[in-house]
Amino acid sequence: MGVENPLGDNIITTSLDALVNWSRKSSIWPMTFGLACCAIEMMATGASHNDLDRFGIIFRASPRQSDCIIIAGTVTKKMLPVIKTVYEQMPEPKWVIAMGACACSGGVFDTYSVVQGIDEALPVDVYIPGCPPRPEALLYGIMKLQDKIMKDKNSFGNSIGLGTRIESAAA
Amino acid sequence: MADNRAVVRLKEKFASSIIEIIEFRGEVTVTVHKQDILNVLSFLKQSLQYNMLTDVTAIDYLGKKDERFMMVYQLYSIPNKDKLRIKAPVSESECHIQSATQVWETANWLEREVYDLFGITFENHPDLRRILMTPEWEGYPLRKDYPLQGPDREPYKGRLS
Repeated sequence: MGVENPLGDNIITTSLDALVNWSRKSSIWPMTFGLACCAIEMMATGASHNDLDRFGIIFRASPRQSDCIIIAGTVTKKMLPVIKTVYEQMPEPKWVIAMGACACSGGVFDTYSVVQGIDEALPVDVYIPGCPPRPEALLYGIMKLQDKIMKDKNSFGNSIGLGTRIESAAA
Repeated sequence: MADNRAVVRLKEKFASSIIEIIEFRGEVTVTVHKQDILNVLSFLKQSLQYNMLTDVTAIDYLGKKDERFMMVYQLYSIPNKDKLRIKAPVSESECHIQSATQVWETANWLEREVYDLFGITFENHPDLRRILMTPEWEGYPLRKDYPLQGPDREPYKGRLS
């Protein structure tokens, strides 16, 4: 009774946040950037058996076209300025995944030459424990990042200069 | 040991430079005075065909020996298929030794590594810069008195402390 359909059958109405976040989480392009043994697991996650492509995740070899950087391995103090430069070249919005014990906390390398966790330099969204984490763990971490992206508020408005972006943690 | 071809020739030619000769499990080590190191090394290359310098490194004997550092040269002769280890003590007060770069080109980076991590300087080295640590790094990390977690951190005192 009285249900009108003024937009026709092929129009779906939704909030802009839901649309923008859905498109962002469905096409996370991580920076191709491996540092140590975790990079091997990251490659395995991207290869056919685990197949990151099915999530729309395609490794991108340029920071200027990446949304996400997976810090996959031990960050040495010599490498830190390089990582910062790569991160700064990525366009907003951008996310950081700390993959493995070394990227989370320095891991077993409690020494003079190793950064004790990449969160000393970059804002980390997802920490994945393991040494190295199995591909399933990386997949789970990326899905947590997708959950987090879906909870973003006003990230599109912020990018065109209206209001601020509100981020919340993944569930 | 007595019939090792290098030991026989070194004993004839550099009798006064040799500090000691050791054989352990078939590995021959000749320790020489550091002022003769370049003569010994170039003799070994020119006359005894030790044409490959496999590695250059150093040892820190802090508190265990009068002369704190020991330079180590690992030599290999490709035509004769035999190995030889040459050592030379270096004191902390005179922490320098002649560079082997004029004998083997490959000594360039190997000696830079020793300089970087032990702080031993090499005379007549063509390009003595740090190679592993960042250029502005202070201190020499492989010295025994260098704090493991770096000079700017509280040292680790054990899990239960």
